[in-house]
Amino acid sequence: MTNLNAMVDNKKTGYQDFTAGSFTFRRDEYFAYVDYPGGEYVMPIDDFLKALMRDIAWGFFYGTVNFDSVLGTTNHYGNVDLFIGSENEEYVNNGKDYKENFPSDELMEIFQAMQSDWTIEGFDPFAAPQETGTAWGPKNGNNDEAISRKRQVAKRMIGIPGDTEVRSDDTGYPVNRHFKDVDQSQPVVEAEPGFEDQIHGFNLWAHLSRSDVTWNPSVVSVCKQSLLCPTSEEYILPVEHGNDRVEWFVQVSDEIIWDIKDGKSSKPRASLVMRAGDVACMPADIRHQGFSPKRSMLIVWENGSPEILDMIKQGNQPRVGVEF
Amino acid sequence: MSVEYKTTYASIDNYNKGGVQMVSGNIKDYVFSNVYEVAATSPAYERVVVAINLVYTLEAARAEGQSDWYVCAHDEFVIAFDYDVEVHYIKLDDTSFIDDDKDGAIKLNEKPAGQYMGKITLKRGHQALLPEKTAYSIKAEKPATIVYQTVLGDESVQKWNEICLTEEQ
Repeated sequence: MTNLNAMVDNKKTGYQDFTAGSFTFRRDEYFAYVDYPGGEYVMPIDDFLKALMRDIAWGFFYGTVNFDSVLGTTNHYGNVDLFIGSENEEYVNNGKDYKENFPSDELMEIFQAMQSDWTIEGFDPFAAPQETGTAWGPKNGNNDEAISRKRQVAKRMIGIPGDTEVRSDDTGYPVNRHFKDVDQSQPVVEAEPGFEDQIHGFNLWAHLSRSDVTWNPSVVSVCKQSLLCPTSEEYILPVEHGNDRVEWFVQVSDEIIWDIKDGKSSKPRASLVMRAGDVACMPADIRHQGFSPKRSMLIVWENGSPEILDMIKQGNQPRVGVEF
Repeated sequence: MSVEYKTTYASIDNYNKGGVQMVSGNIKDYVFSNVYEVAATSPAYERVVVAINLVYTLEAARAEGQSDWYVCAHDEFVIAFDYDVEVHYIKLDDTSFIDDDKDGAIKLNEKPAGQYMGKITLKRGHQALLPEKTAYSIKAEKPATIVYQTVLGDESVQKWNEICLTEEQ
């Protein structure tokens, strides 16, 4: 049988191959190659690295992280599927899909090593295209500082003493180039003596205007298991996020267009145009990908309740946020 | 050519709602509303649920004048989405009436007894903590939009058919 796999010469490019079970990952100057028992799948290396970065940063996230319409991971919370075509109707109907299950820690370690080796100096997979160099070319250093950013996760609320700090020039978060007009004032707190540490507020929009990453929500306030996860968005969400639970968006500024497809078949379902103040629910059986023409502010609102995990395991989580 | 970027917001008196273009399925699945429209069309301080995930909610309200006093067994948060609002706080003398297991805000019949803790003045985009078991009242000189992060409770109003898109525009 003819070997159809691409000829990748690591001696020329300087990159390493990585193996996870029966999958082998290789890269050359322009592409990532994913070899699996059914063949080989190819993606542009910049798209691959930006998707891989979100999968790592989000800890495989809630549900499925589709790198594109074929390759992706599905989180089972403790273990994770790595798949080719399992969420693609044509692959599934023709028996061409393939997946393997891994302990989450094991696959995460492989993904992190691959991200580190394949991300070269000057390329930041978290950044908007106009804010970074390219992923192309032979091995040239690394950018471990950029890819090892930890997302900010408040325990109660950003800025409360002992909790995650508010972004500022002093903490290394300058205002983004698209948000120079965002008011940076802080709330006026007039506490009576003795209550200075009991009432608290901060400028959330200013905090968001200083985000140094795109499509990577942080947690700013926690109401029991309700997590307010604002994020700044620009260009394209590098993955199609396949929901395993309901998720809500509140558009704070500017505009995002959401391309909605069926979670299993990837057939088109809808397009949402969200402008300032708009609220929308992502049902639990879809995949979505956002397009933000200008850097915009978005609140992603999540329910981190263990009760939902139990429902997902039993297959009886609500498909929609509310029926009316 | 250098570009000067302008961040586009909206307000209770100036919003430009988006929408949904359907290919298949039911537009109601997306529960699409707009917090400014909800505030513009609701009575002052009616806490309208605009997002719900099991018991957790985001509730939009029109802030106008001085609100009643509220208290809650758990932390809540409020964000000012357009114009200035004040949040006033009272440390309750008696918290024994608060049921630890009860979710959501409780409206008090009158200004409660306790020590005045102070106030926070919020401008657009500012977020404030509404600490558990602490009474609060909100005040706005002119109509403004606020959004609470909270849990479904007695004061939560669900009127999805009134606030959400039910057909393509």
